[in-house]
Amino acid sequence: MSTSSDATAYIAGVFEHPTREAPETSIAQLHAEVAAGALEDAGLAAADVDGYLTAGENYQVGRYPPLAMADYLGLDVSYFDSTDDGGSAYVNHVGEAASAIADGKCDVALVTLAGRMRTDERAHPEHDETIMQENFESIYGAETLPQYALAARRHMHEYGTTSEQLAEIRVAASQHAQHNEHALYQDPVTVEEVVDSRVVSDPLHLLDCCVISDGAGAFVVVSEDVRQQIDRECVEILGHAAAVDHHDAGRIDLTETAARKSGPRALSRAGVDHDDVDYVSIYDSFTITVLQTLEDLGFCEKGRGGEFVEGGTLQAPDGDLPFNTDGGGLCSNHPDRGGMTKVIEAVRQLRGEANDPVQVPEATVALAHGTGGYLGTRHAGSTAVLGRVDR
Amino acid sequence: MSWEPRPVPSVTPETAPYWEAAADGTLLLRRCPDCELTFYYPRARCPDCLGDDVEWVEADGTGTVYAHTSTETVAAWPEEDLPLVLAYVELTEGPRMLTALQGCDPDAIEIGTSVAVTFVPTATDDVSIPVFEPIDDD
Repeated sequence: MSTSSDATAYIAGVFEHPTREAPETSIAQLHAEVAAGALEDAGLAAADVDGYLTAGENYQVGRYPPLAMADYLGLDVSYFDSTDDGGSAYVNHVGEAASAIADGKCDVALVTLAGRMRTDERAHPEHDETIMQENFESIYGAETLPQYALAARRHMHEYGTTSEQLAEIRVAASQHAQHNEHALYQDPVTVEEVVDSRVVSDPLHLLDCCVISDGAGAFVVVSEDVRQQIDRECVEILGHAAAVDHHDAGRIDLTETAARKSGPRALSRAGVDHDDVDYVSIYDSFTITVLQTLEDLGFCEKGRGGEFVEGGTLQAPDGDLPFNTDGGGLCSNHPDRGGMTKVIEAVRQLRGEANDPVQVPEATVALAHGTGGYLGTRHAGSTAVLGRVDR
Repeated sequence: MSWEPRPVPSVTPETAPYWEAAADGTLLLRRCPDCELTFYYPRARCPDCLGDDVEWVEADGTGTVYAHTSTETVAAWPEEDLPLVLAYVELTEGPRMLTALQGCDPDAIEIGTSVAVTFVPTATDDVSIPVFEPIDDD
């Protein structure tokens, strides 16, 4: 394996804020703390930054988020972007930053996320009543959780997927989280404990759901020129693609995700096959999100995800397809737009800097996938394929 | 077990006929004659061709459950109206409609259960909300 795509861009620095609850820290300050952390990791300074991306997280840093944050951070940028497609946003930003660098618009793109969903949970508006299509959803109480429960129900009906199979996903995440000192939940759980936990929106149980945390994270994307000037090990962005799924005028299929479109495109652009992928970060708002995504990315046949995840397939370091070795959103951290942590852990794996017991030996190619929005109505899928430079 | 009157959705010129018909006991869908597409949720242009020659058509008001979930907590939802049974109903005309089920034992609902529309009043006289109830199969 040697061919890579298009013009090359690299992730040179990452930083995940250790906090999971930060009621006294402003969201802008959280952005700044992870910006500093990621730049330090890359061996770069704020003055080197000429591109900036943030999803803006519901305008909590102010109107026009990239401007508000460029102001706060004191950045002079020739490229900025604030695409917000929810949880997949920061996987998208990997591709957007790489494209901007390929176009010569910038050489050092800083990407930051910050959110306080744990502190501000009750103040976090889930629906905007003025948006037309949400009028046809919020009036029925179609919040995030029941929308994913609908998808789980349909998948179980069509393919015979069981609650025990979904529980395997939580079990694997919890096995990984015990080695992450910052994880919100660090105790391993069993399949029995997951299926015995309270049913919150049937068929989903409490332990099928991700944590709600405050948190922040950042990464820095650089050009080939910059990579050659810094000492830090960089990770190559091999391929990226995005897609959307939605009501489709009333033809929605709840068993499918946009990963079936973004995944093959990203792998093709990266020039790698499924067998080449050593580690995956899969967006895990709920266990069902992971199961459907793995199928749609093509790691198993459609409908066979339940069998695929049985028997420790997802558990590092020895499973066939280790996933979310930081404990993921299910156990460690889900700070608003959770795609950020998916990118960060993939970079850690490729650098050999994951927590020791869950480091995948000789990880050379990793895939990070974000799901933004709601499987029950409309969502985005964003897939990034990353690789070691010396692979 | 029905929360009445419901909060009023924001009614716009684009959607007023839908809500008003609901208040009169009729479920309306939109149809594009060019595409022969009957679609939901209602909007002014056809989501297949973006044409604006779309008509309102009366739905039969029946369908089957495509997916369902019973949820015990929903923000700002009255406690006496929980659990909430959220569902997709596949309408007889084709579109899958996100809605709620009422007048039923949540545990008795299955995918494929036959349902019919009924309407919940809101705080505004000329706006009602379509929901569904199980019916006996013939």
